[in-house]
Amino acid sequence: MAASDPTGPSAAHPLSPYGQTQGANLADILERVLDKGIVIVGDIRINLLDIELLTIRLRLLVASVDKAREIGIDWWEHDPALSSRAEPRQELEEENARLRAELESLRARPVARSGSRSELSEGSTNRRRRTTAPDDGRRAAAPERKAGRRAASEGKKSRSRVNADRDVEDDDRDTD
Amino acid sequence: MNEELSYAYAVVRPTPDLAEGPVPGVTGVASGAVRVVGAGALAAAVGSVPRSDFSEAALKVRLEDLDWLERVARAHHGVVEALAARTTVLPLRLATVYVDDDRVRDVLRRGEETFTRMLDRLTGHVEWGVKVYAEVPRAPAAPAADDAGASDPGRAYLRRRRQQREERGTAWSEAAEAVRRIEAEAGEIAVRLARHRPQQGRLAVGTGENVANDAYLVPGERSEEFRDRVRRSTRDLRGVRVEITGPWAPYSFAVLTEEPEAPGEVGGP
Repeated sequence: MAASDPTGPSAAHPLSPYGQTQGANLADILERVLDKGIVIVGDIRINLLDIELLTIRLRLLVASVDKAREIGIDWWEHDPALSSRAEPRQELEEENARLRAELESLRARPVARSGSRSELSEGSTNRRRRTTAPDDGRRAAAPERKAGRRAASEGKKSRSRVNADRDVEDDDRDTD
Repeated sequence: MNEELSYAYAVVRPTPDLAEGPVPGVTGVASGAVRVVGAGALAAAVGSVPRSDFSEAALKVRLEDLDWLERVARAHHGVVEALAARTTVLPLRLATVYVDDDRVRDVLRRGEETFTRMLDRLTGHVEWGVKVYAEVPRAPAAPAADDAGASDPGRAYLRRRRQQREERGTAWSEAAEAVRRIEAEAGEIAVRLARHRPQQGRLAVGTGENVANDAYLVPGERSEEFRDRVRRSTRDLRGVRVEITGPWAPYSFAVLTEEPEAPGEVGGP
């Protein structure tokens, strides 16, 4: 498939004066149907963050996730603001920190050495993550809301949207 | 377990043309028919979709498949457009799925106030997309004719490089100027502005570097004027390409906000 060759099935409606955008480019359509539009929580809870990731990925383009990883664009998997998959990462990081502390204390015993080494590696990870993030500025708003049951980490950044959603969403009915 | 789920496309006010029941001539996601499901003063356009594709687990996998995603996105968009041709729509985000139509009615009832407020705000308006591209020269400029016979190829090279740099600089500043002019011009007609991220990557078609990707909410009857003024405002700028798309259903403005916006305000959400 090619974006320049929009061959999706046409759901065109003959009566529509809006017809001009039927053949619109996929990026234009996706940024509207994925990124915009009213967000209300359905019974089938697709994580909006997954959608957010998807649009970011589509935009980076990045032939595939594997390719993205290959070239080092995998920050979405680690950034808690962007991915639910980042959650386990936190535990990992805590464990890392704990292990590092242990290691440092062991090292400190024979010779008093500073923790510069571990700091360095941590710093470089962060830096990489930041530099690979696209258009932070323009996209200041965090993903609207975690639609899943993982509402726990629901965000500091998107408070107003979240509150507004509350008007119309149906929080607790889990039907599957 | 029910093998079909209810996929909701958009919220509308029921009209004689869009009364409870099937909507003839409109095909939705998964080649399904579209029906109107009403509750109180509101209704939703809904279609049945197979659980095998739209369950939570299936969707997670499916959404990774760009071909599938494109089919669904275009079908979703097709339904929204067909509805927008008949009445004011509040497009829902792709893949808003419920177990059955009764659940859709619940949601309509719960959100009645919010939906009504938004429908009121969008009535009579359409969305226009305006993208500005800087036509930044990528390849080194072709050697000028007099370079060929130049006695000093090194100097000719440097001259070409400088020329190229200048052209790039020009393209960027012209593009920035185009964005300013368009905003000023469009701001006189549009009632709201929404910014999208500039497009890049594989899905971004066309030449040039996308520097602005904005959507304007425009009173329907001023669409032509809007387009003309935006086009005219940048006509004399070189190195800039302006692409206007639409009219779109007001996707970019169907975003829940806490406060009702002040009318007449142009400002990005």
